[in-house]
Amino acid sequence: MEINVLIGGAAGQGMETIMNLLGKALVREDFGLIYTKDYMSRVRGGHNFSRLRIAPGQPWTTVESIDVLVALNEETYRKHSQNLVPSGRVIYDPELFSLPGDESRGVPVELKKLAEEAGGRVMANTVAVGALLVLMGLETSTVEELLKDTFAGKEGVAEKNIKALKAGYDSAARTCSACFELPAKNQDGKKLFIDGNQVVGMAALASGCRFLSAYPMTPATGIMNYLASKSPDYPVIVEQAEDEIAAINMALGAAYAGVRAMTCTSGGGFSLMAEGVSLAGMTETPLVIVVGMRPGPATGLPTRTEQADLEFILHSGHGEFPRAVLSATSHDDAFYRLNKAFELADRYQTPVFFLTDQNFADTHRSVGLYDFSRLGYNRFLAAESNFEKPYKRYRITESGISPRILPGQYEGETVLIDSDEHDEKGNIIEDASTRRTMVDKRMRKLNGMAEEMDEPDLYGDPHPEVLLIGWGSTYGVIREAVDALIARGIKSAMLHFSDLWPLPQKRLHSLLAEVKHSFCIENNAGGQLSKLIRRESGLSINSNILKYDGRPFLPDEIVKEVQNDL
Amino acid sequence: MTCKAEDYMTGETAWCPGCGNYDIREALAGALAELGLPPHQVLLVSGIGQAAKIPHYIKANGFNGLHGRALPPAVGAKVANKDLTVIVESGDGDSYGEGGNHFMHNIRRNPDLAHLVHDNQVYGLTKGQASPTSEPGMKTGVQVEGVTVPALNPLSLALVMGAGFVARCFSGEKDHLKATMKAAINFPGYALVDILQPCVSFNKVNTHGWYKNRVYFPEVEAPQDWAKAMDLSRQWGDQIPLGIFYNKPHQTFGESRAVLKGEPLSNRPFNPEELSSLQNDFL
Repeated sequence: MEINVLIGGAAGQGMETIMNLLGKALVREDFGLIYTKDYMSRVRGGHNFSRLRIAPGQPWTTVESIDVLVALNEETYRKHSQNLVPSGRVIYDPELFSLPGDESRGVPVELKKLAEEAGGRVMANTVAVGALLVLMGLETSTVEELLKDTFAGKEGVAEKNIKALKAGYDSAARTCSACFELPAKNQDGKKLFIDGNQVVGMAALASGCRFLSAYPMTPATGIMNYLASKSPDYPVIVEQAEDEIAAINMALGAAYAGVRAMTCTSGGGFSLMAEGVSLAGMTETPLVIVVGMRPGPATGLPTRTEQADLEFILHSGHGEFPRAVLSATSHDDAFYRLNKAFELADRYQTPVFFLTDQNFADTHRSVGLYDFSRLGYNRFLAAESNFEKPYKRYRITESGISPRILPGQYEGETVLIDSDEHDEKGNIIEDASTRRTMVDKRMRKLNGMAEEMDEPDLYGDPHPEVLLIGWGSTYGVIREAVDALIARGIKSAMLHFSDLWPLPQKRLHSLLAEVKHSFCIENNAGGQLSKLIRRESGLSINSNILKYDGRPFLPDEIVKEVQNDL
Repeated sequence: MTCKAEDYMTGETAWCPGCGNYDIREALAGALAELGLPPHQVLLVSGIGQAAKIPHYIKANGFNGLHGRALPPAVGAKVANKDLTVIVESGDGDSYGEGGNHFMHNIRRNPDLAHLVHDNQVYGLTKGQASPTSEPGMKTGVQVEGVTVPALNPLSLALVMGAGFVARCFSGEKDHLKATMKAAINFPGYALVDILQPCVSFNKVNTHGWYKNRVYFPEVEAPQDWAKAMDLSRQWGDQIPLGIFYNKPHQTFGESRAVLKGEPLSNRPFNPEELSSLQNDFL
């Protein structure tokens, strides 16, 4: 049993706040769910909608079919009613529009009128949520409790919303009763209701990030919001830079002087950071760069999703220097993965990328509590007995990693870093031999980094004939597609990359030799991981399944494409 | 630990004989010595250019970054470790051209650092093109008909943006330069010192003699009169005033952020496990 809800309306109708409360309320009641947003790049008007799927366990993805359509305007009904299941219901305001020929599925609730009676038209969505609770067979109490928590200190807001919620509940209860069966509640402990940007923000703070400098850009801005909301209670400074060039250079200054630092942006803003990435590589300064991908080129589709910046990130910044590239695959893993990015950056003194996308950033899921004791805070600084005096920032070592101290840390010792090619002390050089030595030293760090990359996650049939390969935020959808394929008797498995560079290859070699057909599934037009695999391993993947319309994959789409190709 | 000026002098310079940078370097070494700042507590941040090589020639911590990008890492470093004395030193092209946006916005931000601009009104490292402060009419290999746009006035711009400390110096007036550097370093907040200097190789207009014949020290008793400072900043031509035109502290970036009170961020211990209550927001 599962319930799929779609709520839609115009931008500015305040859907987000109340849906976040509903999601949290359901998670508090131990239901597993996922909540995704599809919104336009505008502040008012247009057509925005959210999908909420409540399903057994912890569902990975939303689906196209709709059990309850909450249509705050007629456009929502017109656009989405074709995906209603036959037994589906439509919550709508009969004052705004009617459902000719579809009345039997309608749950008319005077959303606007009841909201106005409760204190304001903006609460129409709260009224609708009240009606939705009836259809799901739930009481209003948990949402009421959350309204009180959320609006504590805002005089009257909670009370008005509770009035609106109850009015919607009572109105719907007069005409119908519960028509959908909720899945069984989970019995495996408390769950968080959290979106991708919040996961990244919380992981950064808990990894000891003390400085975030960034310029607002969808879909990464939520990371800034989260960390800013934690200052000054926690020792973190969030600085909105004048541009992305300043953002990355500020972060580098902070990292050099001794704190864990991060910047976050999307592709367009990251384009401005490219020279700074190169500076991090040359000066061997640890830095975590979160890039929340969205469709380009240029401004592209600002509020939608894509995975088209992998090649750009792999090659960004002029010259050659070591970097690591990790990605956010799921809300569960991303928390620890971002911590790994900080650890790698500090250990190898080089830029480390963390790739997310709009699909991950804006999606809320129910996830188990995180284990903060698994997080590392190892700064990999040299103890006083472990560096030669006078200190040389770029001392040649076998690993390529030079002992690092901080400016001001030891009396008499100074730390000089330079964007010009330099000698061990950090002073400008131009001679060929020092140049070669320094390039070799920096590039040697890649060997150590390669050892630290996690092999891609393998899920599904232990001896698959069909292999679905992916990376980043497609983890959940490919996993559900594999489940569906297995249910149809196709021996299939998923091989999913979170660590992308240096590219881990062991499982690729063993599995691709074994399977009959391999697919690479990516939200881009070029098949970027597919090409990377071929370039690095010499292995070819049979088919690419690519989607680049700005929307995330649905499991059914993948299943259909796979079956067509077999 | 006390240091003498010569203790700060290090490295083999790559500047032309007669370059104003030598005087600026000596003045800085003298200023640091007289302020009693040991090298490990000083951070010099620069961009790219002849002036930006200074971290290689002064014994201190150094961040020799990208062209135009000296101010942003300096701000980040000061946030991370407020105990460092942070000095940004770069040229006019770096500070006012490539880095113009950072110049404007850091005046607003008001970080506690001194910004010492070697202003020779020309690009040296790329061999003689116009800089934002080049005078109209100056011919170069790129500006073949002469510079056709007016020069940027960094001091007026700084005053308009609300800078708390605005000064002009000349590399040929070394004692004054040193005293002004000390005042800028001690000033709580963003302190701009625009230092006129000859470029012996590429600026044949604004030579040492050209400056020497024009600079003078006006009487400025208490430099807290913004209109007077603005007047001084706009004087150029036959008479070029030197001095601290404006000196009036206001809230710094560091003072505006509660988190930065107390121990420097870089020194504070941390244990991730203590933050597990962050999850309560999402329950």
